[in-house]
Amino acid sequence: MNVKVIVRGKATGSLLVAKNPINFLGGIDKKTGIVHDKKHDLFGKYIGEKILAFPFGVGSSVGAYTLYSLKYNNCAPLAIICLKADLTTASGCAISNIPLVVTNKNDFDLLHENKQITLDAVSGTIS
Amino acid sequence: MELTKEEEEALDGKQGESLALAYRTLVAIGEASGADRLIPIEWAHLSGVNYNTIGDAGKEFLSHLSQDAKFKVKTTVNPMGFDFDSVSQYNLDDKFIENQSSIKNSYEKMGVIPSYSCIPYEIFDIPKQGTHVSFAESNAAIYANSFAGLKTNKEGAFSALASALTGKSPCSDLRDDDIRKPNLTIRMKVESKDELTYGMLGYFAGKVAGSSVAISGVSELDRRSCKSLCAGMGTSGACGMFTFGEGEGEKIDFDKNELQKIHDELNTSESGDLITLGSPQLGLEEIGDLALMLKGRSFQKRCMIFCPRAIKDQITNLGYTRELERAGGEILYDCCTCLSPLVDNKQVDSVITNSVKGAYYLKTSNNVDVNLKSLKKIIEEETR
Repeated sequence: MNVKVIVRGKATGSLLVAKNPINFLGGIDKKTGIVHDKKHDLFGKYIGEKILAFPFGVGSSVGAYTLYSLKYNNCAPLAIICLKADLTTASGCAISNIPLVVTNKNDFDLLHENKQITLDAVSGTIS
Repeated sequence: MELTKEEEEALDGKQGESLALAYRTLVAIGEASGADRLIPIEWAHLSGVNYNTIGDAGKEFLSHLSQDAKFKVKTTVNPMGFDFDSVSQYNLDDKFIENQSSIKNSYEKMGVIPSYSCIPYEIFDIPKQGTHVSFAESNAAIYANSFAGLKTNKEGAFSALASALTGKSPCSDLRDDDIRKPNLTIRMKVESKDELTYGMLGYFAGKVAGSSVAISGVSELDRRSCKSLCAGMGTSGACGMFTFGEGEGEKIDFDKNELQKIHDELNTSESGDLITLGSPQLGLEEIGDLALMLKGRSFQKRCMIFCPRAIKDQITNLGYTRELERAGGEILYDCCTCLSPLVDNKQVDSVITNSVKGAYYLKTSNNVDVNLKSLKKIIEEETR
């Protein structure tokens, strides 16, 4: 499938898919990469070392620093796929050098948990 | 986005990781906001200075970045959490001071002008009309677009920082003359026209407007009201500029009912333990006004007055400092009401202020109640 590139890069790995938006400031432990927002559908899961898909980010723009901390603590996602590029996720991926792409709704619905994918966020393709 | 060959190379890391990071940020924000290219800017004003706003992760990020990054254009900064000269008189924990120190050092190492002010438009010369700048402080961005003849988006901390490092910004939103044209008019229908009313008008406008809004029924605005309008607008929404007079498109009235609704939302107490003046910080003109209003009177409660350090010598030489201190005021430089750790909910339950922006952050970030009233009323009720 074709995607819009927001932050360039390449990654291969298995997918972790969230239905709910993510609040990086309050929702994720920046030291461990574990989702600690009890209301989130990924509660208790580790978001590191996977390609993370979620609709969009919400909450304070300071959440961008959480992505940076995750990367610094070696527990950041390999790449991120969103439905909509909010500025917090876009800035956070940019300063942390995490590839970020945006898909349309139909393609987003085809992303299934644990599926192995290769994301090329230079040419803008997922295979 | 179309990038030049030089921009592509910098993005690929050929000029080092700091510049690659800055270009990645500009491109990411540009792609997300529909920009087609980057354009040069002459001045960046950064937010994300107070340790209370960026926390440990922000502190660490800036510390790593400052190891080799340097600002490329004139770069000024927002207030921090406290005034280093007077912090020993406040009961602030050493850890906060240490963290704030680290942030300050990182910015200064990258070559910032140490302004620590949210009113850059009052303390620096304004570039020529139509110049593109990149202002992350919301009241300053709105002021720049609406009064100073400059062009900026209501930048975020990261886009302004990336602009400071590269001298560029994505060409989107308010950098486009078509988007600067308001498509909504707010008709000012309230008679009382002090700074508090204008602050609430701004807060209302910010909630209902898109990128740009027209305001009719307003004629002469003094400096205090003008800043209050910009700060109120910047607090409640995404709107980044306004024009005066009736524009095209939809019209909405700002009347007594709307005013009351906003007052009810922001005013949560009928009195307070502490007065804070300055969000935005008070400039030379407002400090002069305040000194005059306080002639022969004294505050009956503690009153914190926040200013930029740039005016310290002037207000001292003009005798204003002595007059404000005689009246019981505590003058603080380099910091502001918003998110200051000096306003601690363990020590005060409720704060008196004339600032709509201050009221919003006191309530949501400092977790104190707010008694919101005009400066005139504060002088009448809280001084003798």
